[in-house]
Parts: sequence; C-alpha cells; structure tokens
Amino acid sequence: MAENGTGIGAAVKRKEDMRFITGAGRYTDDIDQAGQACAVFLRSPHARATIGGIDTGAALQVPGVVAVYTGADLAADGIGDLPCGWLVKSKDGSDMIQPPHPPLAVERVNYVGEPYGLVIADSLQAARDGAEAVVADFDDLPAVVGVATADQADQLHESVPNNQCYDWELGDKVATDAAFANADHVASLDIVNNRLIPNAMEPRAAVGDYDAASGVYTLHTTSQNPHLERLVLAAFVQVAPESRLRVVSPDVGGGFGSKIFVYAEETAVIWAAGKLRRAVKWRAERSESFLADAHGRDHVTKAELALSSDGTFLGLRVKTIANMGAYLSTFASSVPTYLYGTLMAGQYKTPAIYVEVRAMFTNTAPVDAYRGAGRPEATYVVERLVETAARDLSMDLAEIRRRNFIQPEDFPYATPVALTYDTGDYEASLDKALRHIDYQGFGARRAASEANGNRRGIGFSSYIEACGLAPSQVALSLGAGVGLFESAEVRVNVTGSVTVITGSHSHGQGHETTFAQVVSDRLGIPLDDVEVVHGDTARSDYGLGTYGSRSIAVGGSALIRATDKIIAKGKKIVAHNFETTEDNIDFTDGIFAEHESNRSMAFAEVAFAAYVPANFPLDELEPGLSEKAFYDPGNFTYPAGTHICEVEIDGETGVPTIAAFVAVDDFGHVINPMIVEGQVHGGLCQGIGQALLEHGVYDDAGQLVTGSYMDYCMPRADDVPSFTVDTTVTPCTHNPLGVKGCGEAGAIGATAAVMNAVTDALGVKSLPMPATPETVWKALGSAG
Amino acid sequence: MYQFNYRKASSLEHAADLQANAEDGVYLAGGMTLIPTLKQRLAAPSDVIDVGGLDGLRGIDVGATVRVGALTAHAEVAASAEVRGAIPALSDLAEGIGDAHVRNRGTIGGSVANSDPAADYPAAVVGLGATVHTDRRSIVGDDFFTDLFETALDEGEIITSVEFPVPAQAAYAKFPNPASRYAIVGVMVAEVDDAVRVGVTGAGPCAFRSAELEAALAGGLSVSALDGVSVSSGDLNSDLHASAEYRAHLVVVMARRAVAQLT
Amino acid sequence: MEVTLTVNGAPHSLDVPDNALLVEVLRERLGLTGTHVGCDTSQCGACVVHMDGCAVKSCTVLAGQADGAEVTTIEGIGTADALHPMQEAFRDCHALQCGFCTPGMIMAAIDLVKTSEDLDEQAVRDGLEGNLCRCTGYHNIVRAVLAARDNM
Repeated sequence: MAENGTGIGAAVKRKEDMRFITGAGRYTDDIDQAGQACAVFLRSPHARATIGGIDTGAALQVPGVVAVYTGADLAADGIGDLPCGWLVKSKDGSDMIQPPHPPLAVERVNYVGEPYGLVIADSLQAARDGAEAVVADFDDLPAVVGVATADQADQLHESVPNNQCYDWELGDKVATDAAFANADHVASLDIVNNRLIPNAMEPRAAVGDYDAASGVYTLHTTSQNPHLERLVLAAFVQVAPESRLRVVSPDVGGGFGSKIFVYAEETAVIWAAGKLRRAVKWRAERSESFLADAHGRDHVTKAELALSSDGTFLGLRVKTIANMGAYLSTFASSVPTYLYGTLMAGQYKTPAIYVEVRAMFTNTAPVDAYRGAGRPEATYVVERLVETAARDLSMDLAEIRRRNFIQPEDFPYATPVALTYDTGDYEASLDKALRHIDYQGFGARRAASEANGNRRGIGFSSYIEACGLAPSQVALSLGAGVGLFESAEVRVNVTGSVTVITGSHSHGQGHETTFAQVVSDRLGIPLDDVEVVHGDTARSDYGLGTYGSRSIAVGGSALIRATDKIIAKGKKIVAHNFETTEDNIDFTDGIFAEHESNRSMAFAEVAFAAYVPANFPLDELEPGLSEKAFYDPGNFTYPAGTHICEVEIDGETGVPTIAAFVAVDDFGHVINPMIVEGQVHGGLCQGIGQALLEHGVYDDAGQLVTGSYMDYCMPRADDVPSFTVDTTVTPCTHNPLGVKGCGEAGAIGATAAVMNAVTDALGVKSLPMPATPETVWKALGSAG
Repeated sequence: MYQFNYRKASSLEHAADLQANAEDGVYLAGGMTLIPTLKQRLAAPSDVIDVGGLDGLRGIDVGATVRVGALTAHAEVAASAEVRGAIPALSDLAEGIGDAHVRNRGTIGGSVANSDPAADYPAAVVGLGATVHTDRRSIVGDDFFTDLFETALDEGEIITSVEFPVPAQAAYAKFPNPASRYAIVGVMVAEVDDAVRVGVTGAGPCAFRSAELEAALAGGLSVSALDGVSVSSGDLNSDLHASAEYRAHLVVVMARRAVAQLT
Repeated sequence: MEVTLTVNGAPHSLDVPDNALLVEVLRERLGLTGTHVGCDTSQCGACVVHMDGCAVKSCTVLAGQADGAEVTTIEGIGTADALHPMQEAFRDCHALQCGFCTPGMIMAAIDLVKTSEDLDEQAVRDGLEGNLCRCTGYHNIVRAVLAARDNM
C-alpha cells in the first residue's frame, strides 16, 4: 500500500469531474428515447380514503393523451406488490406483518401523494392536463398521523391489528433489569428523532422502453442499485424475466438512501412502456419528491442508562416506536432493528443492553433508510444519554467516555447486542478531537459569549457504525431477502488498458476514481489506463449497489480479489513465455519478472500475449485476461470517531449558530483522502441539518406541511461553518484493504454532537429537534 | 403551467390595452412570484402581459427623494451608490431580498404590487412613507397595502415607480425564514420629517406601521427607549416557523437592532 | 411564438409555446442538458445560467422574457481543454460530488466573483444562498470559489 502519486492513499483529482463541471453529465432526465411519451402520476390528495371510482373518460379526451392507467390495470396484468426485502420477527416469534403494497393504489389510499394512476401523453403539457381531467371519487377517512398513539387509532390495513408491523427485541432483558436494580444512578431521556426528507438534488426519474422485436425492456432510472431494481421488477413485480430486463442507472444526482428502493413510479413506467410498446418518461417534480420519496428517521424513544456512582455504565434500556409510514418500503423493516438496536453499545463496555422496537403504520409517506439508516438514531440515543449522565453526575464529557470506552486490547469485542467489533482506538479519536476544538479554551469562549448576551455550549458524540453491509450469512439469518456480497470484474484489454466493472454504484462518491486508484495501484499501471464501469445490468454480472458505506469495504474487496486473479493468470502467461513455472515469477509495480534472472515482461506485454496466444498449451492455459470475483465480507466494518460541536445561541432571538465543528474519524485505511473528507463534510451538513433545520411535518389531517423548499429547511452555505476534519487509523482486520467506509459517518455523529451542545448552552436536559430559533427561544425562557 | 397567451407590452398604453382586452390578464414584471405560481398551476390567467420591456419604468433617480422605477431590479437598487448615499437602509434591504438570482430579476414594482406578507420592500414603503406612483395616480404608502396579497391598486393599474423621501436616518433589520429566506419579521425604523416611523413586514397579513414602537421611539431613536416595550401578538401571523408570540418578540428585537445600527 | 436568442454565442430562432420556460428551451430544444432542474419553487439554483451577463434561475424565466437575450450556460464557459477558472477550481478543490447542482453552482459562483469586492468566506456563503447542494456540505465549494476569485 505504498503511497504514490495516484495510488492508494493519494488525493487524486476525480476522473468523473470533467463531465460534471462542463455540463456533460448524463442523468436520467437528460435521456430521451425516440418517440417517447410523458407520464404524470395521479396522487392522492387525502391521507386516508377509500377509492370509490376513477373516471378517466374526460382525461382520455384531452388532446395528446395516450392512455390513463390505474391500479386496477396493473393488477389485471398480474403486476405484483412492491415487496419489503427484510423479514423481522416479533418477540413472540411471529413474522412481521407486511400489508399489501400495490404500486398504484387500488381500493384505498394511505398517504398524501400516494400514486393511484398515471396519465401518459405525447407531451408533458398534455399529460398534466389529462391528469387534471381525471375525476376520482374518494371517501375521506380520519387520518392516523401520530406514531406514538397509532396503536390506539383506526386500523389502516385489514391484515395489521393495532397498526403494528412488529414488536421486536434485542438483548438480555433480565440482566438489564438487574443492572438497573443495582445502579447508583439512572439517566433517562424521552427522545423524538425527527422525520427527514432526503432531498437528493436530482429528483427521481425513469425512462422505460420496450423493444417489441426482441422483447427486451430497458429502464433508465435514478437508482443506487440497478441490479436490485431489476431483481425486484423481475422476481416479485414480474414485469419481465431478468434476461429480458435491463436496468441502467446513469449519472445519479445523489441518493442518501432514497434511491435504493424500488418505487411505484419506475415500476409503472416500465410496465406502461411494454403495454404501449412505446418509450415512457417520468421525472418527479420536487413537490412529488417531498410527498413520495421514502422519508427517514421518525422515532419516539424512551431511553435509560444505569450507572454506578463513579460513572461506569451498567445497563442500557431503550424502548422505541418507529414510524414505517403507510407501507413497508424496500428495506424499511431492517432500519430500526438490525441497523439500530445492534448499535446500542456504541463505543462502550455497557455490559447489559435491552432494546425493544415497535414498528407502526401511519398515514404518512413510507419511511426507509436515509443516510446512516438506524445508526444515527442509535447514536443519538446513546450519546445524548451519555452526556445527560455526565451532567447528572457532574462528570467531564471526555472523562465519562474514557471510563467506559472499549479499549484497544479488548478487540475483538462482542457487544451484548449481537455485533463483534474487530478493531478500534476510541481514545485516539477523542484526544485528537479535543486538541482540535481547544477543549481547554472552551470556558473562556463561553464567558466571552455570555459577556455579549449570548449562550455557548459544547457537545460530543463518540459514535460507532456498522458498515460494509453485509456478511450474507449474518444478514440472511436475520431475515434479509438477498445476499449482500459484491461483484467485480477486471477486464484487461489487448493493449494493456483495463476496464473495471463493479456492482457498486456511484452517485457522487467518486468510484470512477477511487476504484481506479485501487486497480492502478495493484496492477502498477497508470491511473488513466483504468476505466470504471458501473450502473448497467447489461454490463456487469450482478451487484448489490451502494448504501450503508459498503462500496470500498465490500466492492473494493471484490476488486482486490479480481486483481489477484489477474496477477495469478499473468504469472502463468509469463511462466509459459519464459518456459518456467509461475512460482518463479514475481509481480511488482506492473512488471512480471523471473527470479534470479534479468528476464521480465511489462503488464501491457502480458496483456497482449494473453490475447495473441501464439503457442499457449490450451489445455492448461486459456487465452484472455479477464477475471471476476464475488466478495462476501466476514464481518461488518466498524468506523468510529468523535465529533465535537460548539454552538453559540443568540440570547435575544434564540438563533443557534455552529461556532466550530470538529470530526475525527477512524475509517481504517483511506484510498483517497480528498474524497473521504468530502464525504464527511456532506454527512456533517446533513447531521447538522437534522439537528437545527430539517423536519418533515404532517398536520393532523395527514397533509404534508413541509412540502417544498419554502417550508422544508435545507441547509444552505450560510447555515454551516467550515469543518475541521481529521482521521485516526486502525485498519479493518478482515478485508484486504483494511478499509471501513466513510459515507455515513458525518450524518451519524453530527446530530447528537449538535444537540448536546445546544442543550448544554441552554442548560436544559432535552429539547425537541430540530432546535429551531423559536424552540431555542422558548427554552431561553424569560431571558428573551 | 396552464397554457396562456404571452403578450409583450410595448408601452404603458399598450399594456393597459392588452389587459383590457384579455379575458383574465395578469402583468408580468420580473416574474419571481408569478412564474412559480404559474408553474404550480395555482393561477390560470388567459394572458400574461409582460411589461418587462418598458424601459421607461426602469432606473433610479436620486434627488430630494429617491425614485425607483417599478422595473428596477433589487440588485440594481442594492448596487446603486446613489441610493446608498441617500438611504443606506434601502440598499441594505434590497441586498437582503431573496438570493442573488432573484435579486437580478425581481423588481420593486412586482414586489410591492404582490403585497406578499413576507416580502421586504413593503416594510420600506410604509416605514419610510413612500409614495407609489401608478399609470393613473399616486398612492400614499400608508394606504397602499390593504390585506394579504391585497393592495389599493385597481384592476389593470400599473405601478410606474416608488418614491421614497430621504429620511434623516433609517435602518432595516430582518429575521429571515430559515427555509424560504423571506422575512419572518422585517422592521424599518426611520426618522422622516422629524417623525419616527416604524414599518413592519412578515409579521402580519400585510406590512403595517407599529404604533407601539413609534410611540416608544417618539422621544428619540435610542435602543434603551425600547426597553420593556412589547407589541401585541393578537393580529400577527402564526405558522410552522414562528408563532405570533415569537413574531411579536422578534418585532421588538429587530426594531432594537435597526435602531442600534443608527447609534 | 417565435423567440430569438443567442446561446453560448450561437444565434437561435425558435418557435416555442407561449408558456415555455427558458430552461425548457435550453434543455429540450437546444440539447443543453448541463442546466438542471432540481425544484419547482425557484429555490435550488440548479438551473442558474447567465442572461445578459447576470445569473438568473432559468426555471423562472419565460422564453418570451429571454427574447433577444444573450444566454450563457455551463456548456459555454469553458471546454475540457480550456476550463474556466471556476470549473478548474471546483475540480481542484473537490467542490462537487454527484455533480447535479454543480453547473448552477458554478454559474452562480462566477457571477458572485464578478459582482463582489472583498469576497471572503462569509460573503461566499451568503452569496451562494440561492444554490442548494446536498453532497458537499458546502465546505469545498466555498474553498473553490475563494480559489477561483484569485484566478479570474
């Protein structure tokens, strides 16, 4: 892993940037097919209603309208429900209840914006006019909005009593209760983790095409995992078999989880293209994105930490109600369970932990993974509690953590909540963060703020995450519907350039650069000779896509396996050429050399020889130089770190301002530090956004109040500071690159740090998120 | 958008003529409010009459008063050294409207005519005691804004300019909506012709003068004059971002900050 | 209706619907898909282009309003061989990730540098309030604009 100009560890400028900065990126909405029609979806204006009838007659008379389809049309064609891919079992051993989820609502609608039909026309204008001409007869029913009381409310789905999807538990209840019984002190908090709306800047879009001659369907869409999209559309929704269904995910403008899922719109668009034998295009208006993209977070939690008087953690008890929204989205059930309950140990040796999670249905948009997915919620519980305990016991924020950290010599460390951490050094990150923030100087800074009539607070968040999803055996035993390995193919071309095909997908992460760095470094060839291909089911065998900070840890490991195979094959070729055996051949820096001789072949020469096999012994040595690998990780990876936030609060208006933010993260080895820092910056901004700005709000009738950028508060450039970002390194012990993943850390750590700082500044135990100016002002009390 | 006829007016008379002959015409200046409204199909005019080409309605004239042509973009007002010399508060206000791109297109006439309760310019119109000139008459600033999105303008009447007296001193302070960046509260405090005026936007259904604050400041523009002063939240707006109570509080804080700029 | 406009130096006369937006003309009629649409309330700034030298949101300009105008899009400010200093700075500073907001951000940043004196970090942050980015946390965008300021 020697660092060089473009290899592993180098801050190489991104290969993909040239097209993005010149306007030559190719996103789904930039793609037009010959003769395409435009689709507009019919969306429920009601949070909960039965559909009496849908009159499409007038719409079909609108000039340019080609077709109007409703849920009944899809059902009649045998189009199945949108499935949830992860089965969770309740405490009593019963399966979670998955209500029917037709892509287009048939008998009833269950959230505002739920699609119940689509209008297809020659132009977007005509499709919109047509959509307005559809008359749907809704019988409005009272909406179930509040998740905490959903079990007492009207039943939304016939198959789901009390609106409860599952009642799940993890950990040892008896041991945990005993820990609390023997505790000197119990710190407790009531926590609401606010609903977020992902808001990738590129709205979702889909262009479906059907080639009648071959029977092949092609769907261009904004997906983080095109193979999963194809699998679901083929196996569950049954649009077409995988062999006749191609899903292409071109340049994708951000995802943050929201583009993992298989949605109604892409499904209906590709189906309609087949029905009409004509290309059909849809692009979401931003207002549709607000209504119909899967939302994130939305938990109500009671959490308690039992401690001895010296601040040692004895037990943790967490009871959470998680909002699933109206239906189970693709991965929804796993988020508040396997990606949440399992992280409750945090960085600490808490010996007994017990977590209960009830997942409920409400008349709101489905909730699923959003950057961090469960792990930010877990970090928020743990780190808010730790800081509450520190204040209760008048302990220093760093000291209480040091006292309870899992120590380097404790690894591998099995937590009481099912995970085994492989490595880490939590004090190293904490110490570095303390230096960066100038912890010693905080008192003086606080005094200066107070002298100006303002308040100042400091908050920590020592987070951990489980990334690199996932060891398939573990995932499958926990109810996953698919394996979570990754594939890679390294195709060496005749003249020595290399095409890398990965099952990961880049929607901003820079894989075209990072993955090329790995291959270039391993094969000793120039970075410019490596091209990375992703996002097309016709070009790669299979893939599980990008989410859960998995791409380098799982996809990168697959890449190493494939390059190892290339090197092994190259040695065979060279050995044949030199009439020796391959164990006499070394490969270093792109040169295959024979031991104790001056004979060698450069990588490009070997490539050429592979494809011009003049005298290969064909029964022992095949022509060609192209290898594939599938990598299934042995464990999760465990990025961890400490974030420290300092806020200043305007004493008159309550406006909180981030005065400083330090993030020190341990991602193991880093391939491209420039890209990694960028990932952290973006995550921090989203974490700060959750703490101070963002909130998806429904009113009592189930109408989305924050349905546009006029009301949903997105972080802007002037809402955040420049960040201080640094790293520590404990290499992952179980993958070949020693990498852990960095995509979500910022969003996982930041929120708790900010809210700890805000509550510290205000001298209050807790505060609703987001800490809006008015919320803070009210907490300032009569001081305003 | 629904379909409509786009008409480009070549003169004020032409604009009026197009309006008179339209089934349901609407004037378009910069379009910063109208176009988003049209895009969301929240309005369905038969004709959109673009007055943006009427160069006579553009420009800034600074003398005994500051007269800003109705089609003058916010960015032009913000960048005008003459305006800054005469009424720096007006420059500051213009500089804080929307974002840079909105300021390049949005016009004072469009802003004022729309009477958006959260727009900035209305605070200047009432706070500075401006006069709104139209193709038919002149309207005193105090009488111009009548309700939520309602003004004293008659059907088809076009604003030609807004004329501000040059105050002895004035300052504007704004508390922006964190999401939209419109004003949750904007307060213009001014001393004009030996009288103190306080114009408030964002807080109520339309811009208004605050009698409580004007009374408190009547003895002189000092921050301490506002100590202990409060305004009633009774008629103020309440929404997701700020309750009426919080707005009432912010009106006083913004007034104090405006006054502090002067001292 | 007929509109005539000059885009990236090339004159065009086009017959467009009365309710056509400038961004639709650019993307759908002229194939200039570098200008993006990210919202429907004129907030996100992904569609920013220069019209007669000023940064405007092309999703909030009717084609008729652009009649006779000189329009510059992301495709018109530089090429892969000769990047505009702002493009160069965005690449050097890693000021983009998914790239979707980038064209509007670059066009806005060019206008900001051009129209500002004494541009410091806070002024850049304030000046970019009309452009949303969900990937970068703005940190590297701010660095890029400050770097380009010195090279423009």
